[in-house]
Amino acid sequence: METIKLTINGKEVEAPKGSTILEAARLTGINIPTLCYLKRINAIGACRICVVEVKGARTNVAACAYPAAEGMVVETNTASLIKARRNTLELILSNHRMDCLTCLRNRSCELQKLAADFGIQHIRYDTDKTEPEIEDSSLHLVRDNSKCILCRRCVAVCKYNQAVAVIGPNDRGYQTHISCAFDRNLDESPCVSCGQCTAVCPTAALNEKDDTEKVWKALGDPAKHVVVGVAPSIRVTIGECFGEPVGTNAEGRMVAALNRLGFDRVFDINHTADLTVMEEGVEFIKRLETNDRLPLITSCSPAWIRFAEMYYTDFIPNMSSCKSPQQMFGAVIKTFYAKERGIDPKDIVTVSIMPCTAKKFEIHRENEQAVDGLPDIDIAITTRELSRMISRAGIMFGELDGEQFDDIASTAGLIFGTTGGVMEAALRTVAEIVDKKPLENVEFTEVRGVAGIKEAVYKIGGRDVRVACASGLTNVKRLLDSIRAGEKQYDFIEVMACPGGCINGGGQPVQPSSVRNNIDLREERAKAIYNMDSGAELRKSHENPLIKRMYDEYFGEPGGEKAHHALHTTYKRQTKYKLD
Amino acid sequence: MPNLKTKVPFKGTPEQESKLLGIIESHKGKRGATMPVLQQAQDIYGYLPEEVQITVAEGLGLSLSEVYGVVSFYSQFTVNPKGEHVVSVCMGTACYVKGAASILERVERKIGCEAGSITADGRFSVDATRCIGACGLAPVITVGSDVYGRLVPDEVDGILGKYTDK
Repeated sequence: METIKLTINGKEVEAPKGSTILEAARLTGINIPTLCYLKRINAIGACRICVVEVKGARTNVAACAYPAAEGMVVETNTASLIKARRNTLELILSNHRMDCLTCLRNRSCELQKLAADFGIQHIRYDTDKTEPEIEDSSLHLVRDNSKCILCRRCVAVCKYNQAVAVIGPNDRGYQTHISCAFDRNLDESPCVSCGQCTAVCPTAALNEKDDTEKVWKALGDPAKHVVVGVAPSIRVTIGECFGEPVGTNAEGRMVAALNRLGFDRVFDINHTADLTVMEEGVEFIKRLETNDRLPLITSCSPAWIRFAEMYYTDFIPNMSSCKSPQQMFGAVIKTFYAKERGIDPKDIVTVSIMPCTAKKFEIHRENEQAVDGLPDIDIAITTRELSRMISRAGIMFGELDGEQFDDIASTAGLIFGTTGGVMEAALRTVAEIVDKKPLENVEFTEVRGVAGIKEAVYKIGGRDVRVACASGLTNVKRLLDSIRAGEKQYDFIEVMACPGGCINGGGQPVQPSSVRNNIDLREERAKAIYNMDSGAELRKSHENPLIKRMYDEYFGEPGGEKAHHALHTTYKRQTKYKLD
Repeated sequence: MPNLKTKVPFKGTPEQESKLLGIIESHKGKRGATMPVLQQAQDIYGYLPEEVQITVAEGLGLSLSEVYGVVSFYSQFTVNPKGEHVVSVCMGTACYVKGAASILERVERKIGCEAGSITADGRFSVDATRCIGACGLAPVITVGSDVYGRLVPDEVDGILGKYTDK
């Protein structure tokens, strides 16, 4: 690797060619403060917090965007720089509605932290930001531009990672604000509800829509049987909300916390991921045999469904008709479980804990009612909302003893939580059903990892099965465009809307840039999932005894009529633009 | 001045649309296509309503938000058509200190639409302009090519009344 040498704060540093000053400084143990910068997402030098002095430069330069060069002499902490940063912070704060005590991001706000770090206790400038500017038209998020600092992280993630660019800076100068085209509400825009913007916002300008009050109400109603299901990825992220390292497996304590909160049953949605594998596996085998509507494309990610229904409608016939594991969970609870326990499904409240804001949208989709008139899932909350419920209930998460779920799931269902996982889980089952013999190795490592697009070819049933996995809608777009152009052919595609899959979903714990700039959340969280899988006994969905019992006692055959009615859905073209 | 969304129905013709599509086609795939396409689109339609911006966005492979961001940034673009009568209230320094703000308020009230927008019937549009160079007559408004100077707010209704029946 080609390197350059430069001097930072009087010390010589060797850095890879192409590094920014920020990256080079990091190599010598200096953390230049940043605000708008977010590694791999936003490096535009807009906020001016990361300014440094470069010998010979006319003005201070933004370290996040300025390339380090051979022989460069840089100062990062002079009195004049600290004064400049303080001044900038004061100006940003002067245009910020500061109700920190009652703010959702109190103590996790990057602006608040910087203000504290720089000892700002008084703002010299008057503010006109005194009222909230709430936009809560959509089912999944709330924007409050009175907290917006115009860092444009949300704009960058929406455009570059997710390829939809439904928000952007409107107007100019002091009037500049982040909004949709024509300042329409988000629910009138072609937003896919992925919520990536809420996970990168440094302040409280963007948050998930909080549905915890509905959960508290259900838990407090003695007439309701309240059942909770937890998505695969939550167990490896929830610890972060309580200060634990990224990649901590907190499954047992998470189950214990849910029991303490008072849910009547605590289930692992991994088991309906197993069910998804059965239904989708059979669907794939049928389509493969008849060469029908290939590639089959997975349908677990509701932001992807929304993307397909608005942007890639020509791929709708390719999509698996399987409901997502969340929706299958609701369907199973209100049919199989209700019957088995002798409870009227009307008296059951199904709550799901999701890594995802689009799940809040998905529960309202058409044809997601296994029992007519009852939504499969009543309330979907994110990892962040669950952590707030746990805190509010005074449950000391770190000190809980682990408890077990009230059901059985395989770790094939668990790996659904990361990119490549749905594909691997499906292949474990499809290969054994088709080839009628146990796999020698259940690990399909080619489809693992954080790469945006992964491809592999596997021999199944004597033929080559061409698979691909894409995560992050920009990568999905690239993949689908290459199919449209006739450059690529596949038989089976896994799509996850968020980069890295659900472990990096829009509802996952918000990590500040100080963490995100130094570790890859996707890698660390995925590692925890694969570690659990590699040490597990039950690693194949079709070997899950609970799944076998569900089919024997209720659903009949995978892909059969009863299963189809309860566990499958439909898709249709949606308009992108909603004109008056 | 932020662009205010027009309430006048879009009345684009097939001829205008095919002209716009031709322009988009000739710029497609080129760097920096957005500005020239938007400028020519505004030449064709006189303004850039949502329908036109959607055509530009879809044609150039951009999102509507990206297109609107550009349109709302540059003051040369407008999302509102001009009315049959264009009322411009000068907000230059001289007019401003001579009470242009209260003139504008009176104009907006009389016509029933805010600066930067157009009445629902399309008869009047109101603009708050920069200095028009008639500082000696401050405060000044123009209606079409007619100039009215040294105004007091009470004269506004009478002046505009002359155009309401035309």
